[in-house]
Amino acid sequence: MNSYEWLETILFFVVLLALVKPLGAFMAKVYQGERTFLSPVLVPCENLVYRLCGVKRDEEMGWQRYAWAMVLFNLVLFAALFAMLMLQHLLPLNPQKVPAFGWQLALNTAISFVTNTNWQAYSGETAASYFTQMVGLAVHNFVSAATGMAVVIALIRGFARRRTSLLGNFWVDMTRGTLYILLPISVVGALFLVSQGVIQNFGDYKTVPLVQAVTYDKPKLDAKGNALKDAKGNPVTESVTAKEVTIPMGPVASQEVIKELGTNGGGFFNANSAHPFENPTPLSHYFEILLILLIPGALTYTFGVMVGNTRQGWALLGVMLFIALLSFGVLQGVEASGNPLLAKLGVQGANLEGKELRFSLPGTNLFEVATTGTSCGAVTAMHDSLTPLGGMIPLSLILLGEVVFGGVGSGLYTMLAFAVIAVFVSGLMIGRTPEYLGKKIEVREMWMSMVTILAAGVVVLITSGIAMITPAAVSSMSNPGAHGLSQVLYAFASMANNNGSAFAGLNANVDFFNLLGSLAMTVGRYLPAVAVLAMAGSLAGKKYVPPSLGTLPTDKAPFAIWLTLVILIVGALTFFPALALGPIVEHLTMLGGN
Amino acid sequence: MKEIRPAIMMLVLFTVICGGIYPAVVTGIANAFFPKQAKGSMVADAGNRQVGSSLIGQPFSDNKYFWGRPSATTDFGYNPMASGGSNSGPTNPDFIKAVADRVKALRDTGVTGGIPADLVEASASGLDPHITPESAALQIPRVAKARSLDPAALGRMVAEHTEGRQLGFLGEPRVNVLALNLALDALK
Repeated sequence: MNSYEWLETILFFVVLLALVKPLGAFMAKVYQGERTFLSPVLVPCENLVYRLCGVKRDEEMGWQRYAWAMVLFNLVLFAALFAMLMLQHLLPLNPQKVPAFGWQLALNTAISFVTNTNWQAYSGETAASYFTQMVGLAVHNFVSAATGMAVVIALIRGFARRRTSLLGNFWVDMTRGTLYILLPISVVGALFLVSQGVIQNFGDYKTVPLVQAVTYDKPKLDAKGNALKDAKGNPVTESVTAKEVTIPMGPVASQEVIKELGTNGGGFFNANSAHPFENPTPLSHYFEILLILLIPGALTYTFGVMVGNTRQGWALLGVMLFIALLSFGVLQGVEASGNPLLAKLGVQGANLEGKELRFSLPGTNLFEVATTGTSCGAVTAMHDSLTPLGGMIPLSLILLGEVVFGGVGSGLYTMLAFAVIAVFVSGLMIGRTPEYLGKKIEVREMWMSMVTILAAGVVVLITSGIAMITPAAVSSMSNPGAHGLSQVLYAFASMANNNGSAFAGLNANVDFFNLLGSLAMTVGRYLPAVAVLAMAGSLAGKKYVPPSLGTLPTDKAPFAIWLTLVILIVGALTFFPALALGPIVEHLTMLGGN
Repeated sequence: MKEIRPAIMMLVLFTVICGGIYPAVVTGIANAFFPKQAKGSMVADAGNRQVGSSLIGQPFSDNKYFWGRPSATTDFGYNPMASGGSNSGPTNPDFIKAVADRVKALRDTGVTGGIPADLVEASASGLDPHITPESAALQIPRVAKARSLDPAALGRMVAEHTEGRQLGFLGEPRVNVLALNLALDALK
């Protein structure tokens, strides 16, 4: 890394850490129902929402009711989005006359956006209308993010409250999270992105002449639109000259900002944040990374405020930061050293296949760490084309359960489940009573934490195993050998952990991936979320145990180190065999020169 | 079943607020303050005809133009309706062969020595408008010959079209290929 690259990287983390406290404190106020500087404008809107919805803001819910409201709301959201995708051709704002989604793809896409996954088996430019993008997909970016935040806030209340069954009101948490946190940051962020060159309009796609016309071979199609083949089975092509191209347009900035802020990740365009209209400059690039990490980072402070000891939050943030920097270091090292197979041909420099030139290499790598350490899944580099060990970094960050900053809400609740496990295991080892934040950790908390942590992992291993013996899945791989296994493993890791990024060469728009993936996304989202709420309910009912000599301090460095080890060990035990067969074998093959 | 009403009403309200009012407000303000960027940063040629966007690259293969990075978009390179990368794995034999072919094509134009990776490895979007200053420098002799220009004068033009780091330290110095080629065509 040269001095400019060090400077931009260090400055980025300084800005991020400087924002943790103010935003974290603000979010604590929002969720505790206190007045904020936005209250004069937003209180009337908020009250109007409650009136129209028939919500009594002071009526709190027990964990079952909170969970039921969350699940029911998500069912309604799913049904509405599924219907919108199936009826896309009949709806307005469709200047390109895009047809409807098929039901398998609509099912996968609707579940994908409702679960904050944003796995995209469709291509935005050609398959989605402005209406779908803006009124459908972008709305779910807000709502699924607010849902994740509501669940973690309920868990934090479980830790903070004593001898009660009440965890807050789901509808109030949803409304305040959206109106006070997500929307204001989005408006300001979207305008900043436009100033950098992200487009924001409702115009028709623009057709422009090419400076130099291109001639290419186009596959010939029969009357039904299937590719024609000659007697030998090779596709029949004809030579075509393109003198002009069509440049897609759309309300991109408004969607770009919430896609990152809500760690959703679904791109307006197929190339996602690598597309110049989504991410035009180095500054927009770092701004987008900041948006991804902003809320997950600040939530640790919110947590600290709400449990009455901000050092508890800083300890968790330290763990996140450590794993993030470690991952970034490895990724930067292997990508900067380039591809040895190409060096033999005389190619110099870092591995630039699937990367954009306007972002520096560390900037690109930081984005990929941020997007997979959280549940975002937006990309500025094609993960499929990373070096084998480089590609293992995003994959591993997803497999660890996305706790390195983590998805909005979901990252922190998974991290808290890890903390519960860490407290319990250390309690067994040193003979102290397992307590966390003054609450005794008992059988129910352990069960729910294990479910939260292992649900996605179990789904990943089983579904990837099924894929390996399914011809339809194997034929979707676009790269041969060990890399093909990595593609499938990444696909299910991404869907089960609600990330949404991909080793995108995989042809994912086939029934196998659409349907099994829908199941993986659903289980990976709701099983942990409901388990977390169950744990919150149980914790809230417990009395407070004041710290004694027998209590392990969880706001100090030794615990942070121990928690880091627990996360890495659980991840390694679960996934090492699969990673050894994919990226590690490919790395050894590459070094061997094959 | 008490929760049914808020579930449905919240969907309606959030759709109106986040899917209607929010993008409309952003579009309005954005087009008032940044009309050029909001509409795609379009550029015109010498005859004031819209010829593309300064953010979106175009395919060039003629000797008289600077070439951009390889593009893996479907049908033809730099197809804006099909953004995306090759998604080739680093050990994929087809990918290694494709890079070898690109290296050979450059060698055939008289390039010797090491080849900068950006000129033979495809971008993520397939629309990357930039190349490194090194990749531009390496093409100067070819373009100068095809256009009968003085290589030193052409080198100065390349330097003029090299964008520095944003704010002095963000990103990499880079050359916008479409802008440079449009400037070349405007010379006559």
